[in-house]
Amino acid sequence: MDYNLMREFADSWGLLAMALFFVGCVAFALRPGGRRQADEAARIPLKDD
Amino acid sequence: MRFGTEIVALGLFAFVALVAAGFGVDEPFRQHMWVLLIVLLGFIAILLRNTSFAATAPVDPSAYMDGPIRYGAIATMFWGVVGMLVGVVIALQLAYPDLNVEPWLNFGRLRPLHTSGVVFAFGGNALLCTSLYVVQRTCRARLFGGDLAWFVFWGYQLFIVMAATGYLLGITESREYAEPEWYVDIWLTIVWVAYLILFLGTILKRKEPHIYVANWFYLSFIVTIAMLHVINNLSIPVSFLGSKSYSAFSGVQDALTQWWYGHNAVGFFLTAGFLGMMYYFVPKQANRPVYSYRLSIIHFWALIFLYIWAGPHHLHYTALPDWAQTLGMAFSIMLWMPSWGGMINGLMTLSGAWDKLRTDPIIRMMVMAVAFYGMSTFEGPMMSIKTVNSLSHYTDWTIGHVHSGALGWVGMISFGAIYYMVPKLWNRERLYSLRLVTWHFWLATLGIVVYAAVMWVSGIMQGLMWREYDEQGFLVYSFAETVAAMHPYYIMRAIGGAMYLSGALIMAWNIAMTILGYQREEEPMPGSIPALRPARSGARKWA
Amino acid sequence: MGLMDKHAVIEKNATLLLVGSLLVVTVGGIVEIAPLFYLDNTIEKVEGMRPYSPLELAGRNIYVREGCYLCHSQMIRPFRDEVERYGHYSLAAESMYDHPFQWGSKRTGPDLARVGDRYSNGWHVQHLTEPRSVVPESIMPSYAFLKDTAIDVKDFSTHLIANRRVGVHYSDDMIANANVDLMAQADPNVDTSGLEARYPKAKLGDFDGNPQQVTEMDALVAYLQMLGTLVDFKTYDEAAGYR
Repeated sequence: MDYNLMREFADSWGLLAMALFFVGCVAFALRPGGRRQADEAARIPLKDD
Repeated sequence: MRFGTEIVALGLFAFVALVAAGFGVDEPFRQHMWVLLIVLLGFIAILLRNTSFAATAPVDPSAYMDGPIRYGAIATMFWGVVGMLVGVVIALQLAYPDLNVEPWLNFGRLRPLHTSGVVFAFGGNALLCTSLYVVQRTCRARLFGGDLAWFVFWGYQLFIVMAATGYLLGITESREYAEPEWYVDIWLTIVWVAYLILFLGTILKRKEPHIYVANWFYLSFIVTIAMLHVINNLSIPVSFLGSKSYSAFSGVQDALTQWWYGHNAVGFFLTAGFLGMMYYFVPKQANRPVYSYRLSIIHFWALIFLYIWAGPHHLHYTALPDWAQTLGMAFSIMLWMPSWGGMINGLMTLSGAWDKLRTDPIIRMMVMAVAFYGMSTFEGPMMSIKTVNSLSHYTDWTIGHVHSGALGWVGMISFGAIYYMVPKLWNRERLYSLRLVTWHFWLATLGIVVYAAVMWVSGIMQGLMWREYDEQGFLVYSFAETVAAMHPYYIMRAIGGAMYLSGALIMAWNIAMTILGYQREEEPMPGSIPALRPARSGARKWA
Repeated sequence: MGLMDKHAVIEKNATLLLVGSLLVVTVGGIVEIAPLFYLDNTIEKVEGMRPYSPLELAGRNIYVREGCYLCHSQMIRPFRDEVERYGHYSLAAESMYDHPFQWGSKRTGPDLARVGDRYSNGWHVQHLTEPRSVVPESIMPSYAFLKDTAIDVKDFSTHLIANRRVGVHYSDDMIANANVDLMAQADPNVDTSGLEARYPKAKLGDFDGNPQQVTEMDALVAYLQMLGTLVDFKTYDEAAGYR
């Protein structure tokens, strides 16, 4: 495995995978059922000290 | 025996320092090792005075470990004042060059002391102590690894002392924000890995099923800084008993590696880490959950995905290949979006509670921090546009931009977090004085405004003077004339910095008095406790 | 378990979060930085570049030690005003032996990429000793102590060896003669033919006006006087050099 191979992978499939991963994260965050879970997580700091 | 192994280990370490001080191949290295020896002997003396042979009380595994955090809060304050003071000194040196004292206190040696002092000593300690505070309270778990947190804290202070004294002795790699030499870098790597283990270990033993988003930011900050630090500091020492090393990379490769590091020191140290702070302390101080938790998740991934690419914008129009410059510019502009997403998320956390801005000076400080975050993350992408950069690069505009981010965002959010934490950490009912917080707020805010505005004017003026031609096609100004034109601005900048420093001094006083257990007798903040104000008889109903 | 729920695993699993964020930040580095090391045209083909002579390298180390780069850039951008002020725009090839690079990011003082041969040795010494005596507007600190500090040489070949380890082409001959060359370059009374053969275009002579000893001032001025003087721009093909 050399730089060439790594770079070729990184700027093609790697990049695509990253972009899809990011889109997936956004979709996950905005999914219809996510609100309740998110609201719950948002309250973690306020529970107690 | 309490501290038995620690004392023996430190003793061995001190012996190594003594040997290095004796056999070092260059004079600065020998001096540096004497400094190390004295510091280590100091550590040993303190441990010896505190040692005892009595059985130690068992620790309560359910209680939070706040000792290192208390020390961290004090260290943050201390290094903050030191770093800002050095900043004012070097600002004055630019206005009045006779203030340089060669060789140890020349501008070239003091400036890394200022930048490392505020970024790594002040900012680093703020991140260290808030991250350990936040991770315990959002995971509902005691810090992992017993005394590991103490090692991380004192190990980091040793790194700071070694880096700082090294600069004054002329021990530097002269790569911006990565100045410490190879042996100090190795020490930081050890401490940093311990920090990662400490933080990750605490997350792994959490009782809360979900990992709160602030911890995501802290974790990505710790792991990314580890990667950047190790790769950027690869170098070959001339001797293992000498201070000098040569970077593994040269020229254009060294430049890009360095600015990949340098920009992400901003992105992950000064942004991601402090965003972690924002996502915990703003909701806590406002007593409301973050505006949109889902936005914070998008903010996180977008930010770390985009930031890492932006480094080449520090090298526009240099000998760096054009494709790399363009790539850096494109990602820098895209960064504007997640940055403002985060800003909106922070600000809107107050929606429905805007009155707190009037009544709570700590919230006001945090909101000002987020506002400056928004301002500098707009200015940054703008300056990364190549045509704008052709004017702004090499001028004071860059310095102004850095300071609106550092003083406005990093400084203010840290101040807010410390003001919040200190009464809780020392079990005080409240701060010594909220009125002093208001004084601090205004001094700091006005100081930043003066600083940034002056640097805009001087930077743009300087850039325009350099490229001004007369009708015959000759350059109008010699370089020396552009230097002379900067003089009044350098004075005003020092004034802006001094205002900011005086605010920090007021804070140090306020924090010290709070820790000592005093409460200042003062009028409460207007509107903060309406219940205590009985309606006067005869007052109009709507008054 | 649906696709959406799988993301919840990331949010709840610290190790996955760690690996995920590390992967994301690594990609940028690989795509941007790695190609610079293997793409042939990153560094232009030029004639005249050579490793620093020992005295120049010692001078460069002083430049690095004093943090000169904080106020002086060594990177001329391809703009009309910069080229007129400082000379031909800088090439990547000109810093190919620079460990570390000293391009700088701020011009509190002027660019130094081509300061070599612009002023006399005496001017440099006076300017470094008392900057405002030659440039009244200057805000540079004084570096008078360099004149009084004999250069700390010991075995200078170790510096050349360390440079060779990071890729600078120092020959065995150069390493063997490191100390001799270092002293000879600042001594007008010795035979310098070997030095000149090893380091073409090296500036010779007593730089600091004090022939009794080789000081840090000698080294720093020797370095400043060679900056930007090596590349022969008559043979440089601009179109081929564009990246």
